Amino acid sequence: MFYRENGQFKTSYRADQQIFPVRQDRVFMLALLAAAFVLVPWLATDYFLRAILIPFLILSLAAVGLNILVGYCGQISLGTGAFMAVGAYAAWNFGVRLPGMPLVLQILLGGACATVVGVVFGIPSLRIRGLYLAVATLAAQFFVDWAFLRVAYFTNYSPSGSVSVPPLTAFGLPIQTSAQKYLFVLALVTVFSLLAKNLVRAAIGRQWMAIRDMDVAAAVIGIRPMYAKLTAFAVSSFIVGVAGALWGYIHLGSWEPLAFDLGRSFQLLFMVIIGGLGSILGSFFGAAFIVLVPVALANIPGWFGLPLSVDTAAHIEHMVFGALIVFFLIAEPHGLARLWSIAKEKLRIWPFPH
Amino acid sequence: MKRSTLKLAAASLAAAGALGAALPAAAAEQFIPLLAYRTGSFAPLGIPWADGKMDYLKLVNERDGGINGVQIVYEECETAYATDRGVECYERLKTRGGGASGFDTQSTGITFAVTDKAMQDKISVETMGYGLSQSVDGSVFEWNFPLLGTYWTAADVMIQDIAKQEGGMDKLKGKKIALIYHDSPYGKEPIPLLQKRAGKNGFELLLYPVTAPGVEQKSTWLQVRQSRPDYVLLWSAGIMTPTAIREAQATGYPRDKIYAIWWAGSEGDVKDLGAVAKGYKAITIHNSAAHGKVYDDLKKHVYDKGQGTGKSGDSVGTIAHTRGMMISMLQVEAIRAAQEKYGKGKTMTPEQVRWGFENLNLTQERLDQLGFGEIMRPVKTSCANHMGDDWARIVQWDGAKFQVVSDWYQSDKSLLDPMVREAAAKYAKDKNLTPRKCEG
Repeated sequence: MFYRENGQFKTSYRADQQIFPVRQDRVFMLALLAAAFVLVPWLATDYFLRAILIPFLILSLAAVGLNILVGYCGQISLGTGAFMAVGAYAAWNFGVRLPGMPLVLQILLGGACATVVGVVFGIPSLRIRGLYLAVATLAAQFFVDWAFLRVAYFTNYSPSGSVSVPPLTAFGLPIQTSAQKYLFVLALVTVFSLLAKNLVRAAIGRQWMAIRDMDVAAAVIGIRPMYAKLTAFAVSSFIVGVAGALWGYIHLGSWEPLAFDLGRSFQLLFMVIIGGLGSILGSFFGAAFIVLVPVALANIPGWFGLPLSVDTAAHIEHMVFGALIVFFLIAEPHGLARLWSIAKEKLRIWPFPH
Repeated sequence: MKRSTLKLAAASLAAAGALGAALPAAAAEQFIPLLAYRTGSFAPLGIPWADGKMDYLKLVNERDGGINGVQIVYEECETAYATDRGVECYERLKTRGGGASGFDTQSTGITFAVTDKAMQDKISVETMGYGLSQSVDGSVFEWNFPLLGTYWTAADVMIQDIAKQEGGMDKLKGKKIALIYHDSPYGKEPIPLLQKRAGKNGFELLLYPVTAPGVEQKSTWLQVRQSRPDYVLLWSAGIMTPTAIREAQATGYPRDKIYAIWWAGSEGDVKDLGAVAKGYKAITIHNSAAHGKVYDDLKKHVYDKGQGTGKSGDSVGTIAHTRGMMISMLQVEAIRAAQEKYGKGKTMTPEQVRWGFENLNLTQERLDQLGFGEIMRPVKTSCANHMGDDWARIVQWDGAKFQVVSDWYQSDKSLLDPMVREAAAKYAKDKNLTPRKCEG
């Protein structure tokens, strides 16, 4: 009834090719962003910002990055944790070795270093595909884990091998309280999501998708596989690297390579699969599912006053979480993003489905 | 149309958070958060430890009716030894009940992550026998309390005991000592001290990292077989410990040349190995292998009433459980010390509890009253010294139980103090902190 595009006429290609061609979508999105920027930092509790929203946003960004590679270009990667680690450690090293460098620049340079590493480990993708490529990217994971554990230079010879960041400021403003951190992360995530969305709608995005759908056919119609695959690795690892730098700087504040281990790579891959392969929106859904559900499950017994011990709760959480993943994959193999678009379709003809 | 599920979830979670925050904070209650890992590869260590912490709090509530009448409320949070989950637990529990009394994170990695946050949130971090070794310096680390010992004191004591076996510090020259460690901040902590010792006493230090979680150690022990170190120091925890002992057996390395850190030296680590682990040595923090009156109280007031945390109760009396009780006892005594100053029978704020941690003074008489007379030596903390007094003894597994085989040791302050000061000063510089002035 309310969600209907009747009467919204497009008179130019430009208008027809917007991210949200339907006016209601645009209004909703703008309202959501306004709420996220204005209302949430004002209303949400410290715990909610620090322990839920900030990790959710950062992991969403990482999932967006991974989705470009896996969902749009079809190159399976198990090295996401490694690229995050490169971003985080590189940003930290720039900060430590060149004091006075602005925070945003550190983070972007961290992303740039992750790009280089990502492209290097993306080179095998020119020859191998599918599961074999996944195994090759696994090498990135192990190599990076090893490098940050054993090469003392990267941790500035910190005796414990753990690094921690000094108090942060950006553009002369302190980033100390949870609201400041949240806004900083939110701003970066918004910018990069918009960037990613526009990239996948552009020519380069179509090249990636052509490669994903059938690389031989894509090559025949004039798409260079090397260019397309390596740009996908580059863009993906840049965004993932930025997310890694944010994870280290803003969320943890102090970290060790364990924070970016293989488990993190799998976690991100699951986010992308559950959220929806080849969907920027799906990355947010996937991150929300993976970040929020365990926290919610851990808290549910408490809300009902059930005297469950934490280990039982943790085990139940694992079981329920696994069951939910299986359920969603059976109910909708294309991920939560597909469920969302089905819902939109239904809403369009609601309340008169015939 | 991006984040509408987020919005929904946000709304529901916010509502839930509000519910959680609105738990009745009655006048005389003191909240103590309990971080624990009862799952994951560290669980064999984490379970008795967490049981010990909770059991002691139950005991204080049951036996004494709380701290001067203030009931202790507590909530456990599962971290699975993961830093990000630990941070989530910290954020969840830090404001409960008017402010958490202190966090025992049970993990070096979580301690690193929480240390910066705790300084801003003004909440104490109690790391008995672990954490940042340089946080002994209370002038820089105002909110950290590595009570009773750190990895540096432990490593120093191990070297002292080795020297004693060899017949003097000068006999260490030319010896080979290997450190087999969990490749994480936890395992790397003792390295600076050992390097310093190696330089001073002339032994060769071999470093063998083991990748977490430590179930794969074949290559490490192959290196041990090749280099034949005279002694092995083992910085392991959880399932890494029994694996290491099995590998030592397979390599033919004598178990009585192995010195394990306290987290690798509890009954749970060696019980199933029995005779295989015979001779295995471990360091204890103070004398945590001993039993005290507190066990009788615990049995009478908690376990006989069916209130015990451990379901079967067989973890009671193990070294890990005792350490858990010590941690809770120090926390409770810090609150009590704060009450002496700021008003008995009142709920203490985190700042007031911090004062209590910094002004702990547990005399032998007081420890006897508490039932810890056998287990600990007197401890006194101060503004400059957040560790108190480090004491340690060596225990050895005889195939059925741990026997105390050494006298009391204390770390060499002439060696440690400059290291602590230097590392703390570096930390202050990195973080742009101005150290407080401590009197005296």
